[in-house]
Amino acid sequence: MLENLFVGIAHWLRALLGGTGILPVEITESIVFLVKLVAVLIFILLNALWLVYMERKVAAYMQARIGPNRVGPKGLLQTTCDIGKLISKEIIIPKNVDLVVFLLAPVLIFVPTLMVFAVIPLGKNMAALDLNIGLFYLLAIASVSSLFFWMAGWSSNSKYSLVGSMRVVAQMVSYELPLILSLLGVIMITGSLNMSAIIDAQTKVWFIFTQPIAFLIYFIAAVAETNRTPFCLVEGESEIIAGPYTEYGGMAFAMFFLAEYANIMVICAVTTIVFLGGWHAPFEAFAIGGAHVFTWIPSWVWFFLKMYALIFVVMWFRWTFPRIRVDQLMGFGWKVLVPLALANIFVTGIGIYIYKAIGW
Amino acid sequence: MLKTQEYTLNFGPQHPATHGVFQVILTLDGEKIVKAEPICGYLHRGIEKLAEARTYTQVIPYTDRMDYLAAMLQNLGYVQAVEKLMEIEVPERAEYLRVITGELSRLTSHVLGTGVYALDIGAFTGFLVCFREREKMMDLLEELTGSRMTLSYARIGGVADDAPEGWLDKVDQLMDAMPGYIDEYNGLITGNEIFQARTKFVGQLSPETAVNYSLSGPVLRGSGVNYDLRKNMPYGIYDRFDFEVPLGTNGDCFDRFYCRVREMEQSVRIIKQAVEQIREVDGPVMGKAPKVLKPPKGDVYHEIESSKGIIGYYVVSDGSNKPYRVHVRRPSFVNLGYLDEMVRGYLIADLVAILGSIDIVLGEVDC
Repeated sequence: MLENLFVGIAHWLRALLGGTGILPVEITESIVFLVKLVAVLIFILLNALWLVYMERKVAAYMQARIGPNRVGPKGLLQTTCDIGKLISKEIIIPKNVDLVVFLLAPVLIFVPTLMVFAVIPLGKNMAALDLNIGLFYLLAIASVSSLFFWMAGWSSNSKYSLVGSMRVVAQMVSYELPLILSLLGVIMITGSLNMSAIIDAQTKVWFIFTQPIAFLIYFIAAVAETNRTPFCLVEGESEIIAGPYTEYGGMAFAMFFLAEYANIMVICAVTTIVFLGGWHAPFEAFAIGGAHVFTWIPSWVWFFLKMYALIFVVMWFRWTFPRIRVDQLMGFGWKVLVPLALANIFVTGIGIYIYKAIGW
Repeated sequence: MLKTQEYTLNFGPQHPATHGVFQVILTLDGEKIVKAEPICGYLHRGIEKLAEARTYTQVIPYTDRMDYLAAMLQNLGYVQAVEKLMEIEVPERAEYLRVITGELSRLTSHVLGTGVYALDIGAFTGFLVCFREREKMMDLLEELTGSRMTLSYARIGGVADDAPEGWLDKVDQLMDAMPGYIDEYNGLITGNEIFQARTKFVGQLSPETAVNYSLSGPVLRGSGVNYDLRKNMPYGIYDRFDFEVPLGTNGDCFDRFYCRVREMEQSVRIIKQAVEQIREVDGPVMGKAPKVLKPPKGDVYHEIESSKGIIGYYVVSDGSNKPYRVHVRRPSFVNLGYLDEMVRGYLIADLVAILGSIDIVLGEVDC
C-alpha cells in the first residue's frame, strides 16, 4: 500500500479522469503529467525550505548551540517566516545595473534545478519522465546554471560581483569535467544513460562498491558544483562579501539562497541514484522466515533516507572545513581529479574486458 | 592586441573581513594584488587628546577603549607608567591579581584571535567554538570587575577590588580545563589540511624585516625573533613565573597563528602558578597612593607585552593633576605598517589571511 502510494494516486487520478468518459485520453494524460510536475515543483520548494532549517539545526548542533527554536514547534516555521520577511522587503536596484539581466538572473537560477528533477526517479516507478538519455539530459541542463551566476555578477556592475562570477564560471567549468568523467565508469558498466536502468543494475551490488574512486570524485566535484564549503569561493564571505549576490536584496537574494539548497538536493539525489542504488533497499534478498526485512520499508523512503544522509554529509563539510583558495581549487580540479577520473575510466574498461573474457 | 587592465577595489571600510572599520584600497590585476594602501582612522576618537583634560585616574577607562579585547593589559601599561613616574609601591596581592586578570585578558584576546582567524579562512564553526571558552573567561572577569570587556580594573597603586570568595578556585578550574579546549582548537582548526594549505608560506616575513619595521608580539615571534617583554624586561612580578616564549620558524601566517595558540598554553601556565602563589599572600590590594595624584614634573615611558604586541605609554607630567601629554605606542597600528609589502603579489584571499594573522583591533589602530 505505502510502497505504491504515489503511483497509486497517479493511477487513481487517471482512472477518475478517464472514467468520466468525457475527456479524450490525450487530455487525461496531459493533466496527469501536469499534476506530476506541479507535485515535483512543490516538493522541491518545500524541501528547500526544510533544508534551510535543517542546515541551521545541523550547524547549531556542531557549534554547541540550540539553533532556531522559537517560531513554531521546534522552530520549524523559522524559514517560512524568514521568507515572508524577505518577500516583504524592497528589492533594491543599484544605479547602472543592466536591469533586465539583473532581474532575470534570480528567477532563471531555479530553472535548471527544476528541469533536472523531471528525470529523477524518487522511488520505484516514480520518475516524472523516464528519459532514455536521463543522465545525459541531467548533466546538460545542470551545466547551464553557471550562466545565470555569470548573468547576476556581470549585470550587477560591481567589482565584487564580477570577481565572484568570474570565479563561478572558472570553477563550474573546471569541475564539470571530473564530474562527467567520473560518471562514465558507471555508464560503461550499465551500458545505458537511463536512470531506471542504472538503478536496476545495482540490485545486487551498489556502484559505490564497484566504483569507489568514481564516487569520491563525483561527490567532491558535485560539492564544488553547488559552490558549497570548502569550495564556496563564489560567495567567499570573508573575501568578496557575497560574490555575484552582493548587490541583491530581499527575495532576489533569497532565490539564490534557495536555489543553492535545491542544487544540493539534486546532487545528492543523483549520487544516490548512480552510486547508492537509488530506491533499492540494502540487502534486498535478506529475509527472516520468508519475510523480506528491508524491502518492507517503501522504496521512496529508502531513497529519501539515502539522500538526506548525503545532504547531512554536505552540511557536515560546510561546518567543518575552511575555504580553499582559488588557485588551489583549480589545481586540485585539473591536476588531481581529472587524471584520477581518466585513470578510473581506464581501469574500469580493463575490468569490464576481463569480466567478459572470463565470462563470469 | 589583448592586454590586461588593473583595477581598484575598495576593500572596506564596510567589509566582513577587516575586523572593524578599516579600508584597504587595492590595485588588482585579476585577483592578484599589485598594491595595497591601508587607510585607517575611521574609529579615531582622540583618546590621547582626551587624556589631557582628565585627571590621572580618569584616563584609565579610556585605555580600555583601545584594545577592548584585552582591556586589562591596556590598563596595566598606563597605571604602571604613572606608578613609575610617582614611584608608588604596589602591594603583593595586587600584583598577583594584575597578573591573573592580565593573562586572562590575553587569553580572551588570543581565543578570539584564533576563532576570528578561522572565520577569515572560512571555517565558521571554529569561530563559535572559540567563543564558548571566551564566554567562560569573561564571566570570571565580570565577577571580579563588574564588566565583561572594558574592565578598568587596575588603579594607580593597585587594583580596584580584591577577588570575591571562591573566585580563585573558579579560575583554577577553568585553567585545568583549558588545555583540553586548546587541543580541540588544534584538532578543528590548526590540524586541518585546507587551513594549513591556506596559511603555510603565505605572507612570509623575515626576522630582519620584522625587527626593522619594529613589529612586535606574535607577529615578531612568528618570524622566530625571541623577544617577549615578560621575559626580556620583566615588569611587575613576571620574573617569578616559569613559562616559555613560543617561536615560529617560517614567519608565515600559520606561524603567527600558531604562536598565538601556544601562547595561550603559556598564559594558562602563568595563571595557574599565580593562583597557587596568591593564596599565600594576604594584605591590601591598594598601595599608599594619595587621593589627588600630582606626579612630579617629568616624563616616563613604560612598555609592556600586550596580546597584540608591545604597548608603550609615554606620559608627560607638568606637576598638575592632569597629564600634560599621553602618547600610546599601539602595537596593532605599528604591526599594520608592513601590510602593503607583505600582500603584494598575493591573491585577495591571501590578503584576508595575512590581515587576519596580524590580528589587529581597530580600536587600538585608530586610538
